[in-house]
Amino acid sequence: MRKYLSFFRLRFSMGLQYRAAAAAGIVTQFAWGGMEILVYRAFYRADAAAFPMTMQQVSAYIWLQQAFLALFMSWMMENEIFDGIRNGNVVYELCRPVDLYAMWFSRSMANRLSKAVLRCFPILLIAAILPDPYGMGLPVSVSAAGLFLVGMTLGLIVTVAFCMLVYGFTFFTISPDGLRIFCVSAVELLAGEILPLPFFPDGLRRIVELLPFASMQNVPLRIYSGNISGTEAIRAVGLQAFWAAALILAGRAVLNKACSRMTIQGG
Amino acid sequence: MIEVQHLHKTFRVARRDAGFAQACRSLFRREYEEIRALDDISFTIQEGEMVGYIGPNGAGKSSTIKVLSGILVPDSGTCIINGRVPWKERVRHVKEIGVVFGQRTQLWWDVPVIDSFELLRDIYEIPEEIYRENREELTELLNLAELLRTPARQLSLGQRMRCEIAASLLHSPKILFLDEPTIGLDAVSKLAVRDFIRKQNEKHGTTVILTTHDMQDIEALTDRIILIGKGKILLDGSLTDIPGAEENLDLAVANLYHQYGI
Amino acid sequence: MGYLRLYKKYLKIQLQSMMQYKSSLLLNTIGQFLVSFNVFLGIYFMMQRFHRIDGFSYEEVLLCFAVILLEFSLAECFARGFDTFSSVISNSEFDRILVRPRNEIFQVLANKIELTRVGRMLQAVVLFIYGISRSNVIWTKWRVLTVIFMIIGGTAVFSGLFLIYASLCFFTIEGLEFMNVLTDGAREYGRYPISIYGKRVLQFCTFVVPYSLIQYYPLCFLLDKNSKTWYPLLPLAACLFLLPCYGLWRLGVRHYKSVGS
Repeated sequence: MRKYLSFFRLRFSMGLQYRAAAAAGIVTQFAWGGMEILVYRAFYRADAAAFPMTMQQVSAYIWLQQAFLALFMSWMMENEIFDGIRNGNVVYELCRPVDLYAMWFSRSMANRLSKAVLRCFPILLIAAILPDPYGMGLPVSVSAAGLFLVGMTLGLIVTVAFCMLVYGFTFFTISPDGLRIFCVSAVELLAGEILPLPFFPDGLRRIVELLPFASMQNVPLRIYSGNISGTEAIRAVGLQAFWAAALILAGRAVLNKACSRMTIQGG
Repeated sequence: MIEVQHLHKTFRVARRDAGFAQACRSLFRREYEEIRALDDISFTIQEGEMVGYIGPNGAGKSSTIKVLSGILVPDSGTCIINGRVPWKERVRHVKEIGVVFGQRTQLWWDVPVIDSFELLRDIYEIPEEIYRENREELTELLNLAELLRTPARQLSLGQRMRCEIAASLLHSPKILFLDEPTIGLDAVSKLAVRDFIRKQNEKHGTTVILTTHDMQDIEALTDRIILIGKGKILLDGSLTDIPGAEENLDLAVANLYHQYGI
Repeated sequence: MGYLRLYKKYLKIQLQSMMQYKSSLLLNTIGQFLVSFNVFLGIYFMMQRFHRIDGFSYEEVLLCFAVILLEFSLAECFARGFDTFSSVISNSEFDRILVRPRNEIFQVLANKIELTRVGRMLQAVVLFIYGISRSNVIWTKWRVLTVIFMIIGGTAVFSGLFLIYASLCFFTIEGLEFMNVLTDGAREYGRYPISIYGKRVLQFCTFVVPYSLIQYYPLCFLLDKNSKTWYPLLPLAACLFLLPCYGLWRLGVRHYKSVGS
């Protein structure tokens, strides 16, 4: 555990070095969030009755999404890992006395967390002082807050576990780029990055909500805003836990297979 | 002819220290330090001369090369090459120079070397006969016949360096800048590269300015060396001016560095 | 040799390079397609639910999205060299450019022609044709010209933005993420007519970065929504945006030559 903690510290201080990047990132995300909210405002004004969430809920969803972008975005995969697999340097990592899956997993978690910690506070702060319904209030209830935290954690785990599965498959494909692009765009749509899932047509939404992608950012963000609550929320968190476990097991299996194949072939 | 007088250049670099606390602090305040890359540099190089430009890393070697090739404008001082100020008449100046940046390639990575050569012919507007003549000569002298049909990325380091050198001579430049041309090469390639440079100089009278850490390059190629340290010229003369050069050149140069505190 | 012929030679070399990685070329093209297809689905879902936005129908919104996508992918295809310029700076390739006897901008552009954007272009063309056929545009000479002007002007504006990005790389390659708002952001949010974002955004997009000159106003002319007769000329006026961008580039090159890498 110490090992992983020190890894996190290293990443975090590396992230801190690039303060201009962090500042620019905050400005960027704020602008994206603002524009996104203006889109929904326009649709809300066009036909409030057809709106599947309240405007307040949409705003909270968008601001949280921007603030914690680094936790959930599918395109934030580890280039180092991809490069390592492609040029064969991954063999050196295999030689180290650590569990490769755990190491990559914690590396990805550390990377995402350190980026998010650096960036979330200013965005949350500004979002908190914006006037209703365009800003973001406190969670609707204490239980919602608790479930939100659990959901965030599980959401991050599901996201990282999914990326791990992609890294694992990279060993078996001829075109890692292609695999990556395909996975990223699948997540982008099905996790609710482009459009919150409630805006999907109903029949499609019911299916999409069962997929692992919906267990990433969709659940915590909608719990926070109060869009899902009560037993529905608990069920959603339960589904997250299931997907987290399933993806980790699958990811480990794929990586083990890849490793044994590589040791046989000698890299 | 290259005439350089009183070149000065100072850079301001952000200081970055390692460590967690430092990183947090630099979030709010950043410290800078000034580095004198060139501090009153003057020298003259005649046409057809071969000069070794040596010094430890960060001494100002590459800054000088950059000024001479028109990439960098000095703070003060003058530099006249063949009657031109490099950074003022960039396009006309660079037609007359060839530059080999040690570890960076100028060949297009995924296409056969010959295609890179042809694109360079078009970029430099080399007349067809001259291009043919040069290519044939370079192919023969550098032994490239087998390599020209291979994509650059499949070449070994030594093979690639030979192609790089050829690429920078296609337009018959009067001056050739070589930045660490033998770095990382095996013994055979090193000898081939040195041999070629010498012949090129003898046959075409190309002025060669060579930066290197390999004292054998210097020994094999140049009569004159310019030693630079902390932005200043410390020695401009021949190898024999270095005390102890006859017995062990590397040791003698190391002693010299030590003596100047660089 | 003229620059146009030289450009063709560069293009040939890059086609040759790309053919070495056929599968990755194909997958990248498909990937580019998928990314914008997601955006299209987003529009589709929203318009299915709401039918009209600020007086524009689904087909009209598609038309708007298609034009922006086409302009953006054209700019990305031919001005990709600017968009990836930070790597040219960080691995000192710009030094190489400076020691070659050709215009710097030409070399930057010619050295990076991104043909995988064909995936997006194709999609844009399909959506455009669909949008056109369903949105009852009454074609006149001026309307045809308007579409052509929009594509020219839009490509120029996006190229200008990429040029700004490249110019800033001379000063710092850290923290240029905010430029995404102006490039990718404009592509993303330009999918709806700019007027839906409210008056202030429209003003910003008219006077600061001339997006609405290439999107909203000519679109109004095309769809005959309270437009003026001179609206078709606005996209051409937007091309003037390239001038300050070029000025910034000159400044950047000067800075580079004074501090080195």
